[in-house]
Amino acid sequence: MDLSYSAEDEEFRARLRKWLGEVLPGLPAKPSADDWPGRRAYDLGWQRLLYDAGYAGLHWSVDAGGRGATPTRHLIFLEETEKAGAPYVGANFVGLLHAGPTIAAEGSARQRARWLPPVLRGEEVWCQGFSEPDAGSDLASLRTRAWRDGDDYVVSGSKIWTSHAEVADWCELLVRTDAQAPKHRGITWLAMPMDAPGITVRPLRTLAGSAEFAEVFLDEVRVPVANRVGEENDGWRVTMVTLSFERGTAFVGEVVACRRVLGELAREARKNGRWDDVPLRRRLGRLNAEFRALWRLTQWNVSESERGGGVPGVGGSVFKLRYSQARQELYDAAAEVLGPEALDLGREWTVDRLSSLSYTIAAGTSQIQRNIVAERILGLPKGR
Amino acid sequence: MDFQLTDDQRALRAGVRELLVRRFGRERLRAAVGPGGGGSAGRRAVGGLDRALWRELGEAGFFALRLPEERGGVGLGLPEAVLAFEEAGRALLPGPLVATHLAAGEVPGAATGTCVVAAVDGSLVEWLDEADVVRGDVGGAVALRSVDPLTPLHRVPRAAPPDPVAALLTAAEQLGSAAWTCALAVQHARTREQFGQPIGAFQAVKHLCSEMLVRVEVARAAVYAAAVTGDPLDIAAARLLADEAAERGARDCLQVHGGMGFTWESDVHLHLKRAWSRARRGEGAAAAEEALAEDLLTSAARSGA
Ligand SMILES: Cc1cc2nc3c(=O)[nH]c(=O)nc-3n(C[C@H](O)[C@H](O)[C@H](O)COP(=O)(O)OP(=O)(O)OC[C@H]3O[C@@H](n4cnc5c(N)ncnc54)[C@H](O)[C@@H]3O)c2cc1C
Repeated sequence: MDLSYSAEDEEFRARLRKWLGEVLPGLPAKPSADDWPGRRAYDLGWQRLLYDAGYAGLHWSVDAGGRGATPTRHLIFLEETEKAGAPYVGANFVGLLHAGPTIAAEGSARQRARWLPPVLRGEEVWCQGFSEPDAGSDLASLRTRAWRDGDDYVVSGSKIWTSHAEVADWCELLVRTDAQAPKHRGITWLAMPMDAPGITVRPLRTLAGSAEFAEVFLDEVRVPVANRVGEENDGWRVTMVTLSFERGTAFVGEVVACRRVLGELAREARKNGRWDDVPLRRRLGRLNAEFRALWRLTQWNVSESERGGGVPGVGGSVFKLRYSQARQELYDAAAEVLGPEALDLGREWTVDRLSSLSYTIAAGTSQIQRNIVAERILGLPKGR
Repeated sequence: MDFQLTDDQRALRAGVRELLVRRFGRERLRAAVGPGGGGSAGRRAVGGLDRALWRELGEAGFFALRLPEERGGVGLGLPEAVLAFEEAGRALLPGPLVATHLAAGEVPGAATGTCVVAAVDGSLVEWLDEADVVRGDVGGAVALRSVDPLTPLHRVPRAAPPDPVAALLTAAEQLGSAAWTCALAVQHARTREQFGQPIGAFQAVKHLCSEMLVRVEVARAAVYAAAVTGDPLDIAAARLLADEAAERGARDCLQVHGGMGFTWESDVHLHLKRAWSRARRGEGAAAAEEALAEDLLTSAARSGA
């Protein structure tokens, strides 16, 4: 068990810090939450800077245009960028973390050449069209249909909760191509251009007040067959491959950020007198233990994946279960520290408290994660 | 960074596990605790310490693990000690393990297991009457009728100063216990059937088991990291998480076992009672939380934010 970083890793960290120190002061002002074109430009601009400096797609394989860095390097990158206050992946999320890795693993040479470089260079934004009104946790029951017409698929149906849909160039879309087959076997993965005729995007306001996701209605949208990744009806497997890219690093930046917020909370409490409240102070102490442990669990998972062990994605379920809960507890504690100001939307922590509510739902609800842990790690029988 | 067990560490863990299964398996545990049938079993007096086993532990290097080789020890570090104590917690091995381990090299015979050493930990002393040597101020010690049938306890008026290594080894025992109650619950959930199916197919049961595992894995990361850094704050965090994993794990395990879980005959209560007793060692949770709260102010100041 070794928690020290190699000399080469430390050198990488030092170079990265130096670069961040040079480049961050020159960034434009952060756009407001509702300024979607502004947010897109800001997030892509940051990705371009990473690309030019050789940090884009750090954890992608070299063949996919990435840098082939080890999970440890990737961990250092995420830790340092967060500590320096660099922008979050934002609109680049699906491109860098879902669609891109899927195309890298399952796409043809032509598809990789077409779609991967623009993601790395910060030129194109992807969104994820998986969930539907009647297919959430039970994603494989999705019903958006696609049928062949010449060299195109014609797609009709609707998607929901699609983050970044309004500013995306492409959508990684799951469609049903065989209604007779068992539900997991009739699904196909398509890259749909978001400017195709027949697509209507209707923004949905979240409980935090901003439009973070959207409904996407598809009315006989034509998608070239050439945009299919993997075989027809093999889309479920194609999608699940992406899970193996989850190497325990999905929440690294956020854990670092939570630890910073916790320090800020303590100082705020000291300033406004709430620090003298013993139960509250002890609660903050316990949260410190919690986030220290989550950081160690991250290092554990990263080391495991570096050794090539573990069940891909499953260790991530353990982490996500605890982290999503801890994040909610953190912002509940923030509300205690703020007192009446916890009701003021002008306080950043109030808005963050609202956003934290999505963590036990998005990307697989906590109930679904518990099923995964029970069935895939503990080997308990599937329910009927 | 390679925050995983080395091959040697795996071998050491397997070796300790094998020794404990052989020398302190379930039959021995049950024999030490006493029979489950009628009468006032729950109020039985505590059995004595198995000195032959103690010497065998000594010979295996359990107590001398961290003592340098030139002083007759095994010359390993805290991570290895943590792995050994995790196994002890899993097996529910009784005796003043932490006190004797900490006395190795200081009290003659402690390292080899020929001498049983007890010590004041927090405001309690475990195994006072069985010990050959007692460390700390035990003046005014009063016997408790210990809730844990395998841990005789005395209360002392003057608490001992906290020892972070003792706290870490205790956390390791808690971790081992938590991992074991999780495994026990899962095993029961797979085999016990009701309504025509294993109870582990019911989500309410499944989710209890998942949460147990999550607590174990979070505690494991914290305990192992604290063993590597030896940092008192990492140790404070580790103990909070390990106490939680052990206490809640044993309770959930009891729930999964239904009526069987409430019997003397089941092992679950032994884990719960020991977990309660370990959680009282050292300064307790309040002090750990206070130290970690204080750290938030000082480390924020350090980073100059
Ligand atoms: C902020 C946010 C962003 C999102 N972004 C995207 C996106 O970009 N693209 C996309 O495709 N999707 C996205 N989603 C959708 C997300 O993946 C789904 O919300 C999630 O999978 C749950 O599906 P659902 O909302 O239909 O809830 P349901 O599946 O209807 O679940 C409702 C409740 O029932 C419980 N439940 C359901 N099935 C079971 C079961 N088998 N056992 C026990 N309990 C069960 C759930 O845990 C939940 O508590 C986003 C969601 C959020 C909140």
